[in-house]
Amino acid sequence: MPHDGEEFTEPPSDPALRVKALESLLVEKGLVDLEALDVLIDTYEHKVGPRNGARVVARAWVDQEFKLSIQKDCSAAVKKVFGFQGRQGEHIVAVENTSKIHNVVVCTLCSCYPWTVLGLPPVWYKSAPYRARLVQDPRGVLAEFGTCIPEEKDIRVWDSTSEVRYLVIPERPIGTEGWTEEKLSMLVTRNAMIGVEFAKEASS
Amino acid sequence: MNGGHDLGGQHGFGPINPELEKKSIFHHEWERRAFAITLACGFLGKWNIDEARHAREFQNPVKYLTNSYYQNWLYGLETLLVKKGLITEQELLSGKSHQSNNGRSVPGAERVREILASGGPTNIEDARVPRFQYGQQVKVCNDHPIGHTRMPRYTRGCEGVIDRLHGVHVFPDKNSVGEVDGEYLYNVRFEAEALWGEPHKGQGSVHVDLWEPYLEET
Repeated sequence: MPHDGEEFTEPPSDPALRVKALESLLVEKGLVDLEALDVLIDTYEHKVGPRNGARVVARAWVDQEFKLSIQKDCSAAVKKVFGFQGRQGEHIVAVENTSKIHNVVVCTLCSCYPWTVLGLPPVWYKSAPYRARLVQDPRGVLAEFGTCIPEEKDIRVWDSTSEVRYLVIPERPIGTEGWTEEKLSMLVTRNAMIGVEFAKEASS
Repeated sequence: MNGGHDLGGQHGFGPINPELEKKSIFHHEWERRAFAITLACGFLGKWNIDEARHAREFQNPVKYLTNSYYQNWLYGLETLLVKKGLITEQELLSGKSHQSNNGRSVPGAERVREILASGGPTNIEDARVPRFQYGQQVKVCNDHPIGHTRMPRYTRGCEGVIDRLHGVHVFPDKNSVGEVDGEYLYNVRFEAEALWGEPHKGQGSVHVDLWEPYLEET
């Protein structure tokens, strides 16, 4: 089951000192702007994140025309409707989960991830165990997230080797008929849009 | 290159350790700074995304795998800054500036959103006819380039089926050495059995984006 893991290795103070020295050098040489750095951090720590993607999914659940538009050209559709655009979201492909198909995304070579709709990837997505194992044992990996994919369901792993970014559209939970888009979006987790979990249940 | 970064199918790394969504994506203050200076230096336009990836992966695999994620970013950034002449080795070691940036103007805070919003699309308008068609059986070349490539080792020599045609995109193998060249990009569907053998029969499929030069007819 997911837990608030603190098991990642505590890095030595060395990188902290190296980064500090490098940043000072870059500022001194006029190669970076200190305020620009703050905007970059604030953007990806607080502004651009999986709540963007949750709005996209909720809209796709209630609006058939929008769903068709993200299947045709997801980047263009989310730019037009929500204004989500730009870096690491230039070529998004939406892959839809159904009663017969479960999609899940990885980047075995680095950490490619659809930033415009999900923000920056979590540590586990970028780490060796996930990158190594998902392509060979998707059911085993998903079980570690508490997600059981029945044998009869076709499981599709998407390895993000190009600049195309994959966004999973999870199945709409049962018992959510008539829900508002906003309420539905609360059921859409980051992990559901990577494909390692389902959307939350209506009773959650 | 067959580097430490090419992880698909490797064994022995242990469990995943998922984290809750509410947790910050940064775990240390220095990671925030490493992330920001990497993006800000990218704004200088001295290298592209494949050069950046290659700078991170072109390390002793033991080092790559021992480093944390942002330690690899930091290593890549330091390497590129020196390689492109933006800083000297001596400056990197001493932390002291020995030369100015010759009056170069760098993007300020007011330009960050606009730069991020414009992104860096890699598709190229090109009317060429793709060599492979939807549904066609293809095989990944058994090739082991020593430079940057986006052809994962676990796919090499394996057969799959063309599932999508993404159009012409910048070809990473050449882009990583500063040559902009477009090649047709496909999504190839591999049955689990084709990649991992008989015991994986019926265990779904893996979809991989692969450029035309990585593929051959069967």
